[in-house]
Amino acid sequence: MDWLNAIVQGTLLGGLYALFAAGLSLIFGVMRLVNIAHGDLIVLAAYLGLTTTVALGVHPLLALIVVVPAMAAIGYALQRGILNQTLGDDLLPPLLVTFGISVILQNALLEVYTADPQKMNAGALETASFDLGGLTLGWLPVLTMLVAIAVIAGLQWVFYRTPLGRAFRATSDNQDIAQLMGLNKAHVFGLAMALALAVTAIAGLFLGIRTSFDPSIGGGRLIFGFEAVIIGGLGNLWGTLAGGVILGVAQTIGAKIDPGWQLLAGHIVFLLILAVRPNGLFPRVAA
Amino acid sequence: MPEPILNTRGLTAFYKDFQALYGVDLSVDQGEVLAIIGANGAGKSTLLRSIAGLMRNGADQIAFKGQPIGALRADQVAALGIALVPEGRQLFPSLSVEENLLIGGRIKRPGPWSLEAVYKLFPILKERRNQASTSLSGGQQQMVAIGRALMSNPDLILFDEISLGLAPIIIKDIYDALPGIVGGGMSAVIVEQDISKALSVSSRVYCLQEGRVSLEGATGEISREAISRAYFGVE
Ligand SMILES: Nc1ncnc2c1ncn2[C@@H]1O[C@H](COP(=O)(O)OP(=O)(O)O)[C@@H](O)[C@H]1O
Ligand SMILES: [Mg+2]
Repeated sequence: MDWLNAIVQGTLLGGLYALFAAGLSLIFGVMRLVNIAHGDLIVLAAYLGLTTTVALGVHPLLALIVVVPAMAAIGYALQRGILNQTLGDDLLPPLLVTFGISVILQNALLEVYTADPQKMNAGALETASFDLGGLTLGWLPVLTMLVAIAVIAGLQWVFYRTPLGRAFRATSDNQDIAQLMGLNKAHVFGLAMALALAVTAIAGLFLGIRTSFDPSIGGGRLIFGFEAVIIGGLGNLWGTLAGGVILGVAQTIGAKIDPGWQLLAGHIVFLLILAVRPNGLFPRVAA
Repeated sequence: MPEPILNTRGLTAFYKDFQALYGVDLSVDQGEVLAIIGANGAGKSTLLRSIAGLMRNGADQIAFKGQPIGALRADQVAALGIALVPEGRQLFPSLSVEENLLIGGRIKRPGPWSLEAVYKLFPILKERRNQASTSLSGGQQQMVAIGRALMSNPDLILFDEISLGLAPIIIKDIYDALPGIVGGGMSAVIVEQDISKALSVSSRVYCLQEGRVSLEGATGEISREAISRAYFGVE
């Protein structure tokens, strides 16, 4: 039962990791950009959520109404103002620039919020749980997983069922030809980053409700998100959810064997999968 | 004499340090079908890509309906009413046949072309509309590429080697469809390696050689010898 419990809790933890990863996956899929600042943007969203809950006195989940559009706007401005200029044949400039943004964000957050760990108060939601077949499930992890599934399904729908998604896929296929279709790629990329950071906002709020956070934890969230994307296979959103779950389960099982092994077990499973299937478990079939 | 819908003045184009066009002067009249011929590497695709906004050119080197468009981005040029059927078809592999057509119709200019009209022109595409564009034969892919360009209802359509790599019978099908396309008053520029194909549908012809216009004239008035001289550069 203990092992089953570890697997179930790990699965639910995977929902959070999938939320970390979905934005990364989307950005890489549309514009081949690896965003090193992604983890710090998640932390930024958590702080924006904190400020919103304190300033307006609302529940953290209600703060989403403010933080999601705010992060989307930041994403669009960041893409059009800075990141678009770094995109080209060379992969290095976007890596360096997003690394720089990561450093700047961390320092700015330190300046504004100090290094003290913070946490959002979600009241009863934090501890409420229910029994299921002998297991005790927390409402928060269950809700996180449900939201992750909804987010992935929503992104999937946008990608494959809407004109915006068609524009994303076309631009990803061939930027020049997409431009001939009247798509301004600078704008399309801006919209993709806006959507990615809207998802990041959700990830940041669930992170900030679940655990305490401080300006330095972005790097770790980036790694988890990155591992989930790679395990699941690049360009496959449902694969990203599966990758998050595999990572979460690996971590909880590792922690069960020895509490110090939690993170290590996740990394080892990631490396093993990478060694056996370099393209991840469910790569989008190349055209 | 009708106003030209498009003209270029001293058009130059570069790939990094390499100059591909050396001062091309060209005009396309309203409603005319113009052919551009020339050997491989002469600069035909570069010329069409420049007109469509995919190359960096001087603002005043290209004018469309009297407006300088040389410095505009491709999406801005497309919105003004120029569509390119690119060399090698270049469909979007992630999009189905119908999605390729729909994205061509993102620019909603008024005109006769719609999904239905394209399916009427190329009925096979309607049957295949939910298939991946990569699953089609070369000729069918070319039909999608042409349909995709028509969907924006352009005033000027540029065809880059639409017969390249296709079987003669398919080429005939596609060329048979051309009058139905340009008959509605649309202007067209056709780039072809196959000289007789190009001459059979056009009223005027330009020959490019190493980035320069080596010959220009009405299709009926130019001799075969003049063409081969302009084409190959032999005296
Ligand atoms: N992407 C490119 N980079 C560098 N040179 C190019 C590129 N595309 C074409 N060229 C060169 O420009 C010249 C004209 O090419 P192009 O316009 O494709 O000729 P055509 O379509 O008449 O065969 C050729 O010498 C070709 O090698
Ligand atoms: Mg060519």
